[in-house]
Amino acid sequence: MLHTTSLVGDAGTLVGQSVARVEDATLLTGNGRYLDDLPQRKDTRHIAFLRAGQAHAKIISIDTEDARALPGVVAVLTGDDVAALTRSMTVGVKADVEAWPMARDRVRYVGEPVAMVVALDRYVAEDAVDLIRVEYETLPAVVDPMEALAPEAEVLHPSLEGNLISDRSFRYGDPELAFAEAAHRVSISVAYPRNSCTPMECYGVVAEYLPSEDMFDITANFQGPFSIHTVIARSLKVPGNRLRLRTPPDSGGSFGVKQGVFPYIILAGVAARVAGCPVKWIEDRLEHLSASVSATNRVTTLSAAVDKKGRIQALDWDQVEDCGAHLRAPEPATLYRMHGNMTGAYAIRNVSIRNRVVLTNKTPTGLNRGFGGPQVYFALERLVHKIALELGIDRLELIRRNLVPTGAFPYRTATGALLDSGDYSKALYTAAHAGKLDKLLALRDAARAEGRLYGIGYCVAIEPSVSNMGYITTVLTPDQRAKVGPKNGAQAVGTITVDPMGAVTVKTASVPQGQGHRTVLAQVVGDILGLPISDIRAIVDVDTSRDPWSIAAGNYSSRFAAAVAGAVSLAAQRLREKLAAMAAQQLGCAPEAISFAGGKVFDCANPAAAIPFGRLAGTSHWAPGTLPEGIGQAISETVFWSPPELTPPNEKDEVNSSLCHGFIFDFCGVEIDRLSGQVRIDRYVSMHDCGRILHPGMVDGQVRGAFLQAVGAALYEEFVYAEDGSFESGTFADYLIPTVMETPDIQILHFETPSPFTPLGAKGVAEGNCMSTPVCIANAVADALSCEDITLPITPSKVLAMIGAEERPPSKPITRPLQAKAKPGERALTGEGEADVSAPREAVWHMLLEAETLAAILPGAHGVRKLSPEHFTATVTLGVGPVKDKYEADVRLSDIDHLNSVTLTGVVTGRLGSGGGTGVIRLSDLPSGGTRLHYSYVAAVGGKVASVGGRLLDGAARVIIGQFFQSLARYAGGSETGRPSLLKRILHLFRRHR
Amino acid sequence: MKPARFSFVRPQSRQEILDVLTEHGSDASVIAGGQTLVPMLNMRLAKPKVLIDAARLPDLARIEERDGELRIGCAVRQAQLEQLPNLVTKQPLLARAIPFIGHIQTRARGTVCGSIAHADPSAELPLCLIALQGKVHLRTRRKARTVRAADFFLGMMSTVREPDELIEAVSYPTAAPGTGFAFQEIGRRHGDFAIVAIAAIASREGVSLTVGGIDDIARRFDLGAGQDDGLEDALNDIAWSLNARDDLHASAAYRREITRRLGRQVIHQAKAEAARCQS
Repeated sequence: MLHTTSLVGDAGTLVGQSVARVEDATLLTGNGRYLDDLPQRKDTRHIAFLRAGQAHAKIISIDTEDARALPGVVAVLTGDDVAALTRSMTVGVKADVEAWPMARDRVRYVGEPVAMVVALDRYVAEDAVDLIRVEYETLPAVVDPMEALAPEAEVLHPSLEGNLISDRSFRYGDPELAFAEAAHRVSISVAYPRNSCTPMECYGVVAEYLPSEDMFDITANFQGPFSIHTVIARSLKVPGNRLRLRTPPDSGGSFGVKQGVFPYIILAGVAARVAGCPVKWIEDRLEHLSASVSATNRVTTLSAAVDKKGRIQALDWDQVEDCGAHLRAPEPATLYRMHGNMTGAYAIRNVSIRNRVVLTNKTPTGLNRGFGGPQVYFALERLVHKIALELGIDRLELIRRNLVPTGAFPYRTATGALLDSGDYSKALYTAAHAGKLDKLLALRDAARAEGRLYGIGYCVAIEPSVSNMGYITTVLTPDQRAKVGPKNGAQAVGTITVDPMGAVTVKTASVPQGQGHRTVLAQVVGDILGLPISDIRAIVDVDTSRDPWSIAAGNYSSRFAAAVAGAVSLAAQRLREKLAAMAAQQLGCAPEAISFAGGKVFDCANPAAAIPFGRLAGTSHWAPGTLPEGIGQAISETVFWSPPELTPPNEKDEVNSSLCHGFIFDFCGVEIDRLSGQVRIDRYVSMHDCGRILHPGMVDGQVRGAFLQAVGAALYEEFVYAEDGSFESGTFADYLIPTVMETPDIQILHFETPSPFTPLGAKGVAEGNCMSTPVCIANAVADALSCEDITLPITPSKVLAMIGAEERPPSKPITRPLQAKAKPGERALTGEGEADVSAPREAVWHMLLEAETLAAILPGAHGVRKLSPEHFTATVTLGVGPVKDKYEADVRLSDIDHLNSVTLTGVVTGRLGSGGGTGVIRLSDLPSGGTRLHYSYVAAVGGKVASVGGRLLDGAARVIIGQFFQSLARYAGGSETGRPSLLKRILHLFRRHR
Repeated sequence: MKPARFSFVRPQSRQEILDVLTEHGSDASVIAGGQTLVPMLNMRLAKPKVLIDAARLPDLARIEERDGELRIGCAVRQAQLEQLPNLVTKQPLLARAIPFIGHIQTRARGTVCGSIAHADPSAELPLCLIALQGKVHLRTRRKARTVRAADFFLGMMSTVREPDELIEAVSYPTAAPGTGFAFQEIGRRHGDFAIVAIAAIASREGVSLTVGGIDDIARRFDLGAGQDDGLEDALNDIAWSLNARDDLHASAAYRREITRRLGRQVIHQAKAEAARCQS
């Protein structure tokens, strides 16, 4: 392994050490100051949201009267109320579309805010939410991104005339020629699922409005980038200096996700303004899972032109990105973040890319750890695996032949990235050796000889960090870019200040969410000024009214070590130079001879005559008149730093999308349990070159954290949407994140090639395993099963379907529920049954058509209203076990075939969700003289109950529908045939409900 | 995620619980461990007007062993049963199934009777009650009755408990000599709801198999002597009879296949244990 010497400071004793984190004592003793812990004004009121229970519907009306009348309610706002005080949020592409933080004319995803209540406390606010009535006209839901592109697909935003909001094609080198000349063309099609990194602390906002200044003072656990500050200020219709945005000292994880709090910052600002008092909103887990943000799901077709020796000559990408219901800033950044890196770690000179962005009835997407990397590498590294198999070349050998060669750095990729440093081949071999790949291969052979399912996977990846703030403009054409003006860079800012006694304060706008920024800054500054960590205090939260910041401020694209710590080091160096000049004057030596160590400043030639750091640093406070010529002041230095390498995309659409490029080589062994199909990660080795390592413990922590989340993406996590757009992953019982029980220990290896472009030589490392691990595991599973199609998450159910033979049929035919088809885009629930009734057919028939019948048989029905002979409404109480509530039911009779059959169409709507169904009742004579009543139904259930109770929902709905028809039979005088004991019990239950 | 308004009552005696239940009927919910009910309250899936805390009465927190049964009072936490001395000999099936219930933290609060009352189709304790053919003891202010497990569960989250009835206790038969027990469960992660959970009991009288996690309630099947001959056919019939459905976590076909595979395994385990006991 390579080791570098310290680039800065004399002592060099802190950077590179796993010093104790200064954050830990606070966090581990429960003394963190998170948003919900902050002191608040005693007149603070609380926000709760009414959210859409269906994925796609027109809003016909919203009745807030009862909610407003509830004691304790201060204000109720609808989307139009919000729109009256705001501007539509900025959209990152040129398209005729509006983006509001709250639904106006229609809802487009389950969980979309529809109304906002401000009340005395959260309990009252939620009570009031329950009193708001919304009338919807349901529209077909568009869930699948490919189906969204179809000409007949329902359009989410009519002004766009389609669901395709961006379509750009790119060409680099001569891909057509390369494909024409290639010996092989290998292709793969993959669909990357929706998932998210789910921070422990959800969103939170406290907002205050100062009417006399027309100014908003808002604290939110926002993570940046602060380019979003301009989006918020513009939407709230104030200049930036009248939007004071602050972040709390601590934040409980983000992984990108807390960038997505910004629409709620706008909403809370409006609420504070209307309510005339401070307001607070703390997001709950259901809100978070259903409606914060998620990573994008993407459908990719990728082809490679490969020569005889296995060298990839060209890539052809076709990416369809699903950004959900609205294109929220900075999307479609997920699609463009990797634009310079579409050739991965390989030297491929010819590339064509088609990028399409579609809108569907799902939660809008946003920042998420890995940000575009998992989607790209899943396609690229699955393809490389497939090329090796098709060409009969060892997979690792194929990878090696295609790597960017040693000595080629800095290396400009075909699509424009400038790979700063690395030695990929050497890192790969180092890892194979240190990770004992040969033993793993032998282990696989031995396991296979025993008939076990064992596979090995590989992945190489470039981990980009420090985003170019201009990369997103690659989505615009060069002409469009020329009109709006160039965007680029990655400004970072650091301020270092000494107080009159020499205590050092570091201030920067990095907004950590649990990382050890404060520790690392103290390490960096401590080395430069020769001070112990305890003498330095770093402040890393942001107040846009008081702190220096830029649009690039914040905690994203793994920019801290490379950019922020670098900027702080430059500020510290600048202060050090001034202090050295002052010390040189006092000690009578040259400034170059001055050293800083052990809290003292001295002439290297005469260490005994040292000046205490505190006394020297206080000079500018106490005796500014004594400073040498040209020093000005030596109290505070602020450095804004932006790397010149981050230029805007050029007219050929080449873009250096990130400043730093780490290298990752992962390999793993997995075993698949033949009985259950469960995937067990037997061994995992992860090699990282993240440049110079500032704090080894934190680097390993980042690798382990990303690995754990990647195991989730590979094996467990998916935001599932039903065909009707119902969201089915609203709890952590349905959205499964791996725990320590599911996450194996891993071997982490390092290889250090410092970045020449960053002040400290460091690169980002926080996201790499989110990019490399899912596909590495997928490649191992593919190897174990000799299967080509691997879809994440790799659930036991999917695995068994891949290895299992045809299922053994039942010994006798199963009486299947009627396979009636629900409307397209609806989840169908079907069932049927029959009951024998002693009454004659005619009597039963007449009974069926009477209103009293409905009143008698609907569970908990009251107030049955007969609107016509075929149309009834009622309020009903439906439920299973403790889960029950009142619903409005609307029942119609149709297809009345006298004495033979009748169709019942019912819709129930309630707070927990809605359901609709159609049942057909058929009567026939029994030989014994009675009547057989046969029923079949098809029903669909959606809404909140589908999000939190999906596991039980279908069974529960079946129970309720069963109750209805069984009661009908009972009312008709049904004898208890079929399964009498069950019927009896259900009737027993039914009586109880009445 | 805040509950709707409710009254909270902490009775000082069993009689007082029954009085409050009589007064409020289906508007009242008994809370003991709250591991299921509290999330339901917070999500406003359940909106009882009155919550009756049954967890603090020492009289109801007893496990008594008598007449070949473990009688478990309604305030007994799952952890208390798990830690019962010699549970593994008194009732090995419970000892093997309990570690699959959620996590240590949830078992420390969740009660045995609460799980029976909730009647989740994936829950281990109702499955064991059905497998062992235990009983549920119900009491109102006026009368008490005992219901066999087979008659108690009606379907998903539905039981024969009347709104004014308290599940005072449940009884699990203790292990008869010469009986073998086995329990296996497949879930996505440790502590998750079972995709399939299976118990097998083997004795001289025969072999039974009880399958949870698939149908609306755990279902028990008598397999006669449980001979290997014909077992595959029997397991296939069982697998197909359970109305398996697709959900987020597994397909219906997966549930059937696991029923066949795991069923065979637990039957062999139970028979092997019975053979060891009998020899």
